Amino acid sequence: MQLPILTALGSMWEILRHTFRPRETIQYPEEKPRLPPRWRGRIILSRDPDGQERCVACYLCAVACPPDCISLQATEDAYGRRYPAYFRINFSRCIFCGFCEEACPTDAIQLTPDFEMCEYDRRNLVYEKEQLTISGTGKYPGYNFYRVAGLAIHGKGKGQAENEAPPTDLKDLRP
Amino acid sequence: MGRRGEGKPVSSLAQGLANAFGILVGLLGLAAGLIWVERRLLALWQDRYGPNRVGPFGLLQVVADMIKIFFKDDWVPPFADAPVFVLAPMVIVLSTLGAFAVVPLAPGIGVSDLNIGLLFFLAMSSLGVYSVILAGWASNNKYALLGALRGAAQMLSYEVFMGLALMGVVLEAGTFDLRSIVIAQRHLWYCVPQFFGLVVFVVAGIAEARRLPFDLPEAEAELVAGFHTEYSGLKFGLFFVGEYIGIIVISAMIATLFFGGWLGPGLPPIAWFLVKVAVGIAFFILLRASLPRPRYDQLMAYGWKVMLPVALANLAVTGAVVVARAGGG
Amino acid sequence: MATLYVDGQAFSVDPTQNLLHECLSLGLDLPYFCWHPALGSVGACRQCAVKLFRDEGDHQGVIVMACMTPADDGTRISLVDEQARDFRARVIEWMMAHHPHDCPVCDEGGECHLQDMTVMTGHVHRRYRFPKRTFDNQHLGPFVNHEMNRCIQCYRCVRFYNDYAGGTDFGVFGSRDHVYFGRAADGVLENEFSGNLVEVCPTGVFTDKTLKAHYTRKWDLQSAPSVCPHCGLGCHTTVAEHDGVLRRVQNRFSADINGYFLCDRGRYGYAFVNAPERLRRTSLRNAAGRLNLAPADALLQELCTRLGGNMPLIGIASPRASLEANFALRTLVKPENFFLGWSAVEDACARTMLAVARGIAPLASLAEVESSDAILVLGEDITQTAPRMALAARQAVRHAAFAKAKALGIPVWQDLAVRQAAAGLKSPLFIASVDATRLDDAATECWRGAPDDMARLGFAIGRRLSREEAGGETFPSAMEGFSQRVARALAGAARPLVVTGSSLGCPALLDAAAHLVGALRTLGLPAKLALGMPERNTMGLALMGGESLHTLEQATQKLPACALIVLENDLSRRIGEAAADRVFAQAGLTVLIDHKRHAGVERADYVLPAATFAEESGTTVNHEGRAQRFFQVFSPPDDIQASWRWLRDIGRGLGREPCDRWTALDDVLHTLEETLPVFHGLAQAAPEATYRRHGLKLARKPHRASGRTAVHAHLDIHEHQPPTDCDSPLTFSMEGHQGSPPGPAIPVFWAPGWNSVQALSHFQREVGGTLCGEGPGLLLIAPAQQVPEFFQEIPPAFVPRDDALYFVPAWHIFGSEEQSAGSPAVRERIPAPYVALRPEDAARAGLAAGDTAALEVGAVRLRLPWIAHPELPQGVGSLPVGLPAMPWLMLPAWGAVAKASR
Repeated sequence: MQLPILTALGSMWEILRHTFRPRETIQYPEEKPRLPPRWRGRIILSRDPDGQERCVACYLCAVACPPDCISLQATEDAYGRRYPAYFRINFSRCIFCGFCEEACPTDAIQLTPDFEMCEYDRRNLVYEKEQLTISGTGKYPGYNFYRVAGLAIHGKGKGQAENEAPPTDLKDLRP
Repeated sequence: MGRRGEGKPVSSLAQGLANAFGILVGLLGLAAGLIWVERRLLALWQDRYGPNRVGPFGLLQVVADMIKIFFKDDWVPPFADAPVFVLAPMVIVLSTLGAFAVVPLAPGIGVSDLNIGLLFFLAMSSLGVYSVILAGWASNNKYALLGALRGAAQMLSYEVFMGLALMGVVLEAGTFDLRSIVIAQRHLWYCVPQFFGLVVFVVAGIAEARRLPFDLPEAEAELVAGFHTEYSGLKFGLFFVGEYIGIIVISAMIATLFFGGWLGPGLPPIAWFLVKVAVGIAFFILLRASLPRPRYDQLMAYGWKVMLPVALANLAVTGAVVVARAGGG
Repeated sequence: MATLYVDGQAFSVDPTQNLLHECLSLGLDLPYFCWHPALGSVGACRQCAVKLFRDEGDHQGVIVMACMTPADDGTRISLVDEQARDFRARVIEWMMAHHPHDCPVCDEGGECHLQDMTVMTGHVHRRYRFPKRTFDNQHLGPFVNHEMNRCIQCYRCVRFYNDYAGGTDFGVFGSRDHVYFGRAADGVLENEFSGNLVEVCPTGVFTDKTLKAHYTRKWDLQSAPSVCPHCGLGCHTTVAEHDGVLRRVQNRFSADINGYFLCDRGRYGYAFVNAPERLRRTSLRNAAGRLNLAPADALLQELCTRLGGNMPLIGIASPRASLEANFALRTLVKPENFFLGWSAVEDACARTMLAVARGIAPLASLAEVESSDAILVLGEDITQTAPRMALAARQAVRHAAFAKAKALGIPVWQDLAVRQAAAGLKSPLFIASVDATRLDDAATECWRGAPDDMARLGFAIGRRLSREEAGGETFPSAMEGFSQRVARALAGAARPLVVTGSSLGCPALLDAAAHLVGALRTLGLPAKLALGMPERNTMGLALMGGESLHTLEQATQKLPACALIVLENDLSRRIGEAAADRVFAQAGLTVLIDHKRHAGVERADYVLPAATFAEESGTTVNHEGRAQRFFQVFSPPDDIQASWRWLRDIGRGLGREPCDRWTALDDVLHTLEETLPVFHGLAQAAPEATYRRHGLKLARKPHRASGRTAVHAHLDIHEHQPPTDCDSPLTFSMEGHQGSPPGPAIPVFWAPGWNSVQALSHFQREVGGTLCGEGPGLLLIAPAQQVPEFFQEIPPAFVPRDDALYFVPAWHIFGSEEQSAGSPAVRERIPAPYVALRPEDAARAGLAAGDTAALEVGAVRLRLPWIAHPELPQGVGSLPVGLPAMPWLMLPAWGAVAKASR
């Protein structure tokens, strides 16, 4: 059995020893921290390997967002490819939880190792699609949702997606 | 009342006033500085830096905080009992400052030498509880009231054996006069014969100062901020200053009563006193850094079931020893 | 009641139902696809597999399909049995083998029955590695989007479209895993109920094309329970909005009215609310005669100053406006100056309908239409004027089949077996109409005649039923023969029904129908009458009472000194453009309160933008005299406010009691109840604004609604408090009660694990039964108890004229109704203007195929392409009603037709 007073003294000793430990604090901004690639910082919208917008406006990021700071409106081009007409993140509300990235079925929305985005005016923290979209694939190279999806878009008809048979000929009744 | 102290008597009124004023300013300055000291020390023990941006070593942080606190809206909640609400923070500062009046810093330095200095100290430090109760009551807020009730019960309980713990020292020294007690330690600091008295006094002192781990009246995890939930700005600042003066007073008393006050070789007496007080303060901060807050019932149980018997036993043994020594002598 | 043991627990169930039906009624989660409460069981999808045990000692059990197994007394089943669960998971896995990777871009996502069922069975990993089969899509018109890849072959679509709604242009093609659901070729789905495919389809094969244009997920939609404003049936709808745009209308189940289905006009007619050309701002005519925008406050102040003297106010009400708006107008202008905004003919029809309902014939709800076992449709083309009633009548025809199946021991939910046993057997449905109708294929026999002849037919049948002499009247033998067959069928039925309406503008028809129902009731039969009405509040306005516009037209000397307040009414659609112009020209001052931009706007001095059905709460009275509350869906932008509020504001400006005291809808309702006893109890037609559930108002938005802090962040970084709603127990946010509100106030059907519309079963007392909580609305009309007084006046037979044709109105589901015609999707389905002529009559007028006809009807001259309708009676032509591209014609009327010169 340990006397409470001994454990208390033990912890005090343990704490006292920290007097000689190095400090963990990084002296930002003189000293910059090394951020891992999975750091959850400023949110971006990436493009697929063909250079097209990856976001298909499925609203999953918006519904996953705890502070409800993502808003968008889906629309379609003339060939049925769905994309966001607008995509807005209110970073003055964002808590950088990364749920949006986890929810994203197309790897479009990603959090980046950048946190230096302070503003004196809150209004400047409202980012639109133009500010969010980057020109590359971000963390996840290679994936292109529309190459996998069954939906026909410009340049990819029915049956031309990955692992798809050509469209069925209904007049063919052979077994 | 008379002076029994060694060294130069505080004779003229002017000299006395200068002495008192100097101690007041020094004490308040020290209390403010303690904020910085505490933050830096806590940071040190938590492997951080603490405030290091404003001024050299972050020393001006206190100034910045004070400027901020001065310019805050002096707000009294509409539901509060306004006069009492305003009075409460003053009580704590005045009572702790009052308690310091009897502390002999060094020969010739000290506000007042009372032959019942120790009793005066106990009386003044107990007055501090009024501040807590009045603040909690006047705030008209359930968290504040709960904090105040805790404060009252806690201070009432620990008051008892705080006094008892010191009686051993009084018995040994045969006086209530603090200067005489210091001088009585010329050969042996009372921390040795009165070790249990020291332990009980330190614990009771923490509780009296409402410092961590015995800050149950504030207990921000349960009670928002306890008795000063509704306070902000300058009035909140007063509570803060009161708390730090309380730390200094308790440290000063520990030094005076158990570590021979200003006594020490080589250095000037005032330096010895300051060093001892500084160690005491550092110890208080170390406690904050390392110990968790006990549950309220645990706090009461420690008090009545451990500390009181220890204090009583200490008193009895000391009494027996003193009687035996007297008989033998 | 029978006892069913599910996993050892005993439940009391209905033994005439199947296991799936009962499990869902008990609130147990059992996945299914092909079964639908209104379509019955066919056991096609194999998804609702459960373990069935012989008795208590049987632990082996066999797997059966719950939807195909009756819930007999003592049945023991297990839903959680390992084998049954594995079976269900494997079935889903097979279905998902070819399902495309589409969910993020699929409109069904988030409210997909397939998603829900997949999650419910626990299938997560696709093991099938071979190529997915794909299909080409079809263009199915402006209403329904087709994405065939997503199909899981449950057959619900064909069973609804062909078997239930009587469609012929849709089907299932191909074989094995090449089964295709669609049309023979691309083209518009012709059936009037095609929109239900969207809700019937358990996945995203058929989705709402109008929603796609402004797509929003279900979880973001702010919904409110509403009542369809596009005809007099008052079907229940769930109307949904997001970010100031009305996004879609869905069916809202009600056991007494529309059940599970809605017509396409009700579903797709909503977009007029979003129309950019509608009235949104207050405007005022300046000295130069131009309409200028003016701030509402200033405009009201100026208006009240102008009215301030003792300028008498004349109010023109509207069957398109709510009871509250009409009553506010009546209160403001005083009852003697309150004119029902309809023509003399409409007025006569409405009065007759009300008199009939009060005197003789209890009015039938849609559910009662569906449960009738013999129907006579007298004159009304219900597919066009009251479409949902046609769908109900189509189901009524199946009672004979049900009776036969019952005799054979087949439960009615065994859909395929019942249909096979029926072998074409139908309950009697007789249709008497001017022209061919879309319901003819379901009819036992059809009869064509001019409106007056149809009235005579009604009397002939009535006389035959009551075995009375016709009082000197003789009827032609064809009519006698038909009437004999109808009389026999009606007299032999248990629940006979007569359907008629006001669309032909012939009060005699209503008399005849009343006479007929009276005759049937004298025979002791619980006969009922179902009425088709063109507008949502026709019955409400009739109950309120007042003079028609005809009386106003006569009072020409009175008008110039008066201020005319026109409430949600396009007078040219009531009395014709010329007459409307005369009224406007004579009035001293005209105030128009409306949301639709029409000719009246150009004649008004003050234009106040009114709220549409989605922007206000209010009450309407449907065809059976049922007062129903519709709730505001969203807070309208700009100056738009509810009509009664505009009238209240004018009343306040003039210091008129009691308008100046009204702040919320319930205030108006309470005054209305006090003033007009016929509306007693109206406020209780739905929960009042003070209603709370667990101390909370009801949330219009689902708890997962997203984007609250971003949707308006580009306009204002601060989030504003949502608007408060003092008119209803609902809130404009996700804050509020989300669980199970009372029936008339359910904003959206959702239950944990049930995101699709199939969640409905969690809100019903039993599957297909009434909604939990109070019933829908309040019936205002009770027929007299004593033996009724017969309507006896038989009109003379129709005599064709040589020099002219008798033009009757031809109503169109798309185009004839004013509000829905403003919806872009509906506009695509509006027919081009035409005149329909009997080929013989056309030949007499010298018209050959492809010629343009020159018409003169009333004072209106028209040039229209003609089309041959051989079924029209001799001497009768028909003209479409209210098409936006045609001037309004006062029909029925005699008119001359000739070949147009080039």
